[in-house]
Amino acid sequence: MLLLNHLWIILALPLAGAAINGLFGKRWPQSAVNSVAIGSVVLSFLAAAETVREFCHLAASQIPFIGNYFTWMVGGEATPHPFHVEFALQVDQLTVVMLLVVTFVGMLIHIYSTGYMAHEGGYYRFFSYLNLFMFFMLTLVMAANLIVMFVGWEGVGLCSYLLIGFWFLKKSAADAGKKAFIVTRIGDFGFTVGILIVFATFGTVAFGEIFSQASDKPVDVLTAICLLLFAGAIGKSAQLPLYVWLPDAMEGPTPVSALIHAATMVTAGVYMVARMSPLFSRAPIAMLVVAIVGAVTAFYSATIGLVQTDIKKVLAYSTVSQLGYMFLACGVGAYSAGIFHLMTHAFFKGLLFLAAGSVIHAMGGEQDMMKMGGLRKEIPVTYWTMFIATLAIAGIPGFAGFFSKDAILEAARSGPYANLWLWLLGVAAAGLTSFYMFRLVFLTFFGEPRYDEHKVHVHESPKSMTIPLMVLAFLSIFGGWFAAPKLVGGVDYFERFLAPVFAASSPASDAMSAAAADAAASPAMDLLHALTGWPVIVGVVGLLVAWWFYIKNPDVPKRMAQSVRGLYTLLLNKYYVDEIYAALIVRPLLWISTNVLWHVVDEGLIDGTVNGTATVARESGRQARKLQSGNTRSYAAWVILGAVGFTALLFGLLGVAH
Amino acid sequence: MGTQGYLLTVITFLPLLSVAALLMLRSDDQVWIRRIALAASLAEFVVSLLLLRGFDSANPDYQFVEKHAWIGDSIQYHLGVDGISLFLILLTTFLTPLAILCSWESIRDNVKGFFVSLLVIETAMIGVFVSLDLFLFFVFWELTLIPMYFMIGMWGHERRIYAAVKFILYTMFGSILMLVAILWLYGKAGTFDLPDILSLMQSGQLSFPPRTELLLFGAFFIAFAIKVPLFPLHTWLPDAHTEAPTAGSVILAGVMLKLGTYGILRFCLPLFPEAAHRMAQPIAVLAIIGIVYGALVATVQTDLKRLVAYTSVSHLGFVVLGIFAFNTVAIQGAVFQMLSHGVSTGALFLGVGMLYDRRHTHEIKQFGGLATPMPVLMSFFLFIALSSLALPPLNGFIGEFLILIGTFQSHHAWASWAASGAVLSAIYLLWAYQRVALGEVTVEKNKTLPDASMRERIILVTMALAILFMGVASPLFTRRMEVSVNNILEQTSTPRNASRPVGLPRAPYVVALPAHPALAVLAERQVRP
Repeated sequence: MLLLNHLWIILALPLAGAAINGLFGKRWPQSAVNSVAIGSVVLSFLAAAETVREFCHLAASQIPFIGNYFTWMVGGEATPHPFHVEFALQVDQLTVVMLLVVTFVGMLIHIYSTGYMAHEGGYYRFFSYLNLFMFFMLTLVMAANLIVMFVGWEGVGLCSYLLIGFWFLKKSAADAGKKAFIVTRIGDFGFTVGILIVFATFGTVAFGEIFSQASDKPVDVLTAICLLLFAGAIGKSAQLPLYVWLPDAMEGPTPVSALIHAATMVTAGVYMVARMSPLFSRAPIAMLVVAIVGAVTAFYSATIGLVQTDIKKVLAYSTVSQLGYMFLACGVGAYSAGIFHLMTHAFFKGLLFLAAGSVIHAMGGEQDMMKMGGLRKEIPVTYWTMFIATLAIAGIPGFAGFFSKDAILEAARSGPYANLWLWLLGVAAAGLTSFYMFRLVFLTFFGEPRYDEHKVHVHESPKSMTIPLMVLAFLSIFGGWFAAPKLVGGVDYFERFLAPVFAASSPASDAMSAAAADAAASPAMDLLHALTGWPVIVGVVGLLVAWWFYIKNPDVPKRMAQSVRGLYTLLLNKYYVDEIYAALIVRPLLWISTNVLWHVVDEGLIDGTVNGTATVARESGRQARKLQSGNTRSYAAWVILGAVGFTALLFGLLGVAH
Repeated sequence: MGTQGYLLTVITFLPLLSVAALLMLRSDDQVWIRRIALAASLAEFVVSLLLLRGFDSANPDYQFVEKHAWIGDSIQYHLGVDGISLFLILLTTFLTPLAILCSWESIRDNVKGFFVSLLVIETAMIGVFVSLDLFLFFVFWELTLIPMYFMIGMWGHERRIYAAVKFILYTMFGSILMLVAILWLYGKAGTFDLPDILSLMQSGQLSFPPRTELLLFGAFFIAFAIKVPLFPLHTWLPDAHTEAPTAGSVILAGVMLKLGTYGILRFCLPLFPEAAHRMAQPIAVLAIIGIVYGALVATVQTDLKRLVAYTSVSHLGFVVLGIFAFNTVAIQGAVFQMLSHGVSTGALFLGVGMLYDRRHTHEIKQFGGLATPMPVLMSFFLFIALSSLALPPLNGFIGEFLILIGTFQSHHAWASWAASGAVLSAIYLLWAYQRVALGEVTVEKNKTLPDASMRERIILVTMALAILFMGVASPLFTRRMEVSVNNILEQTSTPRNASRPVGLPRAPYVVALPAHPALAVLAERQVRP
């Protein structure tokens, strides 16, 4: 129970690393910065692992295990509605999953970064921010109440801002960082108001106390809470209509894209919805909204991914799309499937980004896939690991993504909140996903080189980068096998592990297990059914179409683009959403602020009135100057007269009011 | 309430005493003038910390009380603090040494006069916070104006005269209204003593007809609202800030604006409870307009100092909103926000002043890419900006959130509209930061600007530590002020307004806030626990 009783250690380690590197790292050699940064994250991972080991010995009644550390905010303690926030951390099954994913993937990406960033300026600064990110992300997933969670939530946003704008000399990078922070803040408005209603409704912000009262509260209040909280999730997890910051966030160094903008931070919204599942499950309208936003986003951003040529942009839209799947899962009540996909996605998408980083590294900074090609022999480790990740995201049976995506689509088709339309969108998106991912692989690694071989010296990345790739590749294959027994009528171990957290939230869980028991009668049929389901079929079709387009007939895509030029341009320009936002919101707001509020109201109206009064006073003063006779006695008389008059006037006014 | 020594007198007049010491020095002995001013202000800060030691946060009465006859029988030298003024005094004594330190090199003309003005302002501001006699209060209130007028007018920038005159005219206008109201109160109550007047009111011996009360409330409130400043009485502020020297802006934003919000809490609410309740809605609407309006106008400023000035309109809007929510948590949040705004905005002005010392301009266009030549200064600048945009767990978040939580209890729409302002603060601060610090260095001479000096680092580190401390250890503040806040709330909800007579005229301008779209599905009654 050593670490369970000191959960704060898991957070404190990366925080200390961030502080040490931030304060002293500037004068240190890279090796010293490395040992602090990686040391702190490795220790944090070990602490998390030990915590999980201890957690497994807890009795069910001790879960969630909560540690209160200090009282952080208080107000009105003597009133009937005291506001009290402890800095409290907790561990339950959901936290365990997040804790392991965050610390393990975080650790790998830290190691990878030592290779990737080795030749960059501001090395210490990068690792200080990265450690700080780990601190806030762990705060987010371990928080025992909404407000501590909000601390982590805003903190990861800050680190995202700092890391996207890491190369701050580039205007585009600074712009992207700012955009990320502001757009997610728009969602956070919803989160904030959601917390306000939670406190007004439940009189507390602690998860346990909220959930225990959830069943007594009216549905429309719960709906309002859930929709507002979900607005926060939309911002943080880049869903429609607030996804616009994530593609731009690719301005950040690639390890940042892997860690923050694929594996961890952007999944915070999914985690939050899953965490608040006892409320969501009682608000069917909110659930439907979550599912619709998720499914539509999954499909919508997959279409944009089809035509992008920047390797990181494709992955960014893919991330938005996969996050959509996770929300679809939550929205149809399959929280554990959503978290399952969150985990496998952390593996395969983290890997895809790191591998893309390795490609970019090999190409000397080139990100345009049209200037790549034929790389598979030059950088074999990168190629093989990226290929595995692609199989995983495409949902090819046996790979991690297959299990989690299948669980989601299955729930959308036959779960308690099944919705055929959303299922269809999900399946269509799966086909598109498979297509654009294989397109990426084929364009990058196959065909003839389209770069100048004399200028670009393609080279495989150093061990510090390839080893994390291999570890993640391993997980992209086997990370989903917790659910494998289910295919033959057995148990989904992942779902069973998380069941205590979501038990209260899945009204139909009994029915489902009964259905599962029925199905267990014919394991062979079950397996066959899963392997030949629509998601798998469209995945394979996507693969084949990509192969046909980009390997068999490489000039077809160009002709396609010509023949449906309008649609192609629309997709290439991402449906012009950024431009629409700029024209409808940003520019009018700035124009009104400048030309109406500042110049007209402030300077014209208010100051005009004040200055006008002053002018009147000055003019009357000029007239009154004629009274200046130089005669002291007449002055005295005027003073007295004035004083008496003024006092009489004012007291008269007040007196009349009697 | 026995007499408890002379600590408050010492704290109030120690700066004035050091003024006497300064006056004895030769005007050209700048080194010693600075040193003595700094030493005196530091000593003042240490002495003021004694208040914390002796303060009993469970005691609802005024503490460290001193009461002596002053002019005749009716005007008394009556001092005392509660959990609200306690922290405002500490804020004053904390910021003054920093204001002195930031003027170390930038003030070259009439150094003596400058530090004398600064220390006189300190005495006057503390005097406002400790006075329990309306007359004494008014004397100190007026005393803050004159040195500040000189500070802007003599050591300010290009348009200093216009700004100084605007500042003094705006404030004097309010002061006159307040003076009449004070005299009127005296005429009815026969005393200037605040606790005495309040107990007369409690016992029913003193009461005002509704319209009189409204007029009196209005006279006090307008004086305070100008100081806050509450929209639309704010236009003196950007000019005063832009033209004032750095120290002037720090004191002005850090403490002087709080004289207004403090006055509302101390006088407007307990003295005129019914009027306060009747006017709460229109005032809250103005506060919310201020929050959004200040933020929007800040966004488009081209002058960095003016930008920071407009953020005050926005942040103080939160304070006024919290006060008129009449809720313990919200008022605790409002007081906390006063402190944290003092620290954060004070720090922002200090940072802007450091840029001005180097480049003698506040034009944002003249900067750009400053993170390259001065990484330390710009890192602190970002940290301070983050505290100002209410990033948890920094100080700005605590105040804003307590205000929202408290306000939401009774006024859903108010809190929801105010929360929108939080989005805007991210926009103006990060955009400004980008234009100042990020990108390539655009102006040639900025390439060689020196990074923060040791003196500047001391200032910045102190501010950063204060920001972090207030963010992490907020209960140390809020717990000490709760009893006093409840006390004010109790005085504000007299039995009279609990059973409001039927047919009372409604507030002159009943402004209904539209329901916030975020709350469309919410029915008022269902949210109560």
